[in-house]
Amino acid sequence: MAFGAFAGTATAPVEPAVRRRSKVALFLLLPGILYLALFFLAPLLSLVITSFQAPVEFGDIGQYQTAFKWENYTTVLTTYAPHIVRSFGFAATATVAALLFSFPLAYFIGVKLRRFPLLQALALTLVIAPFFISFLLRTLAWKQLLSDEGWIVSALHGLQLLPPGAHVTGTAFSVIFGLTYNFIPFMTLPIYTSLERLDLRYVEAGGDLYASPASTFFRVTVPLAAPGIISGALLTFIPAAGDYINASRDFLGSTDTAMIGNVIEANFLVLQNYPAAAALSLILMVAILIPVSVYVVRSGTDDLL
Amino acid sequence: MAGTFAESGADLELVGITKRFPGFTAIEELTLTIPAGSFFALLGPSGCGKTTTLRLVAGLEEATAGRILIGGTDVTTTKSFQRPVNTVFQSYALFPHMSVLENVAFGLRRRKIADATARAHEALRLVELDHLAQRRPQQLSGGQQQRVALARAVVNRPALLLLDEPLGALDLKLRRQMQIELKAIQQDVGLTFLHVTHDQEEAMTMADTVAVMNKGQIEQMGAPEELYELPKTAFVANFLGQSNLFTGPVVSSTATSIVVDVAGRKIEIPTDRAQRHAGDVTVGVRPEKLMLHTSAPEKQPDINVVGPGRVTDVSFSGVSTQYQVAIPGLGSLVVFAQNMVFGPVVSLGAEVWLTWNTDHGFGLADDPADAPRFAADTDTHALALQKREKLEAELEEA
Repeated sequence: MAFGAFAGTATAPVEPAVRRRSKVALFLLLPGILYLALFFLAPLLSLVITSFQAPVEFGDIGQYQTAFKWENYTTVLTTYAPHIVRSFGFAATATVAALLFSFPLAYFIGVKLRRFPLLQALALTLVIAPFFISFLLRTLAWKQLLSDEGWIVSALHGLQLLPPGAHVTGTAFSVIFGLTYNFIPFMTLPIYTSLERLDLRYVEAGGDLYASPASTFFRVTVPLAAPGIISGALLTFIPAAGDYINASRDFLGSTDTAMIGNVIEANFLVLQNYPAAAALSLILMVAILIPVSVYVVRSGTDDLL
Repeated sequence: MAGTFAESGADLELVGITKRFPGFTAIEELTLTIPAGSFFALLGPSGCGKTTTLRLVAGLEEATAGRILIGGTDVTTTKSFQRPVNTVFQSYALFPHMSVLENVAFGLRRRKIADATARAHEALRLVELDHLAQRRPQQLSGGQQQRVALARAVVNRPALLLLDEPLGALDLKLRRQMQIELKAIQQDVGLTFLHVTHDQEEAMTMADTVAVMNKGQIEQMGAPEELYELPKTAFVANFLGQSNLFTGPVVSSTATSIVVDVAGRKIEIPTDRAQRHAGDVTVGVRPEKLMLHTSAPEKQPDINVVGPGRVTDVSFSGVSTQYQVAIPGLGSLVVFAQNMVFGPVVSLGAEVWLTWNTDHGFGLADDPADAPRFAADTDTHALALQKREKLEAELEEA
């Protein structure tokens, strides 16, 4: 066999490393760097400093001085442990729920509607349409719909699906429902971009190689849509973990469903306990960064978006 | 059948297959039997229905009517993953999210076959790519990807291997190489190969049997030499190599030969090489069977002589030279002359005569009335005519 004759000829092309430190490039980056320094690094630094502050002795409520009071962290961690756990639990559940809802939707729009570009554009517009109405208004609307006087709850009571005296608003269910609902477009759009480019010939090849439709779906379609699934999951999970609207008492939650966002809000605006709020914010940030960076590294950043 | 390796190739039977797509019919009443262990080529121009036939056999399309049998088992209603068939796709369709090895082992794993990895390595060794097993497909060259696609299909030892123009994307040299390798692998593993191609040379080099397809039907089927030496229709005569065709009435007919009068010239062909023996008949001869003479040759039995004519074009192509010879009443004839040490060398404008042995002529089955549509398809007028006829046919259907 003469296959060997061609074997060595095609090593992957290595791009020549262009490492010229151009002054023009630096100059062009300047606005971006300044922006980041001013609006990201400075507030972050201020937040870190605040998180270590101690109350001024004999001072008023809300008066703090610079210190290195690391106990702030242990205090909030012990006080608000249930909220932290709840935040991540709710966000994770909402992410999974949004994925289960969005994948079939994105598949339908990206694959089944391919032959009808007009319908595809219309369906995509419908996915984005909720953004035309304020997020707060939509969540309030759901509060009305799911309230005890609303027709949904009365119908559920009538059908005996909900025990007497039970509510929907103010429960973990309604908060997760609200999170899922609000983040579905963020999940659907990246998955759609992946599936829209999905080459159906791979799916045919899967069938040709003895993979049942289910097996082809999990071994070919899902891995090929993975970049979209990963970005969708990140775009849903990160804001959902810090969300304080859905879980707030004024919207779909109650005191029993408070998430870190609500606690931070209360500490900053009501209790005026700035160090605790800052410490919680940083804990939330790190707690999100760790699993997310593991997730991104394991799934390969180059495939994202 | 899934779960086991095919001991040998299975035969494929297509019975009365029809496939209609919205707006057109791709395949009309196709009946075909491919014997086990053979290398079968479906040859035809694009749009003739050959790829649709292959997809029907693979289970990627559903037939509108008819039955498909593989090794005697009716598979018409089964899905692609249930058929003992593997395909080497034109685009290769190698899974980009898997390594070369995982790609090759994919089919084995789905069928839960023991030591999938070892078998995949073995298949990669067969195509001499085992050293690249851990690479991603997109890191390989086109030729290497093609071999991985082949290994991925062959490793499953399917009863029937389908090849959908798998060599189309390769350059000429690599394509010739792969043709020989593919043939060797087929003989090694003894599987039935169904190869779809529009490259007549490829079909003739590789296949035991070639079926020439046109407009959803098989025009002619047989061994490559048989198809080439004795084409039965003008389509085959022109698609498989080139032909010089003449049409005229039969003026005498004996048990051994018939004579056709073409513009006053008598052209004799053997009776058993003619499909029609009376009325207007189209006869032909291959360009390489023609001999050039610079002076009028003597009349001899069993030799057809035409001429004089004028050389209107000479193009040199290495081993042979192609001449265009215009003969009044016959039109333009193509002649291939080997560039040997002897024989006449004629130049543009020379007066020449052409002779050929009567045994090399063939008579076509086509109704000569239909002949113009096959006449030199490089001619602008013919192309325009074909296009108009096609459009008219489409309009009628709609």
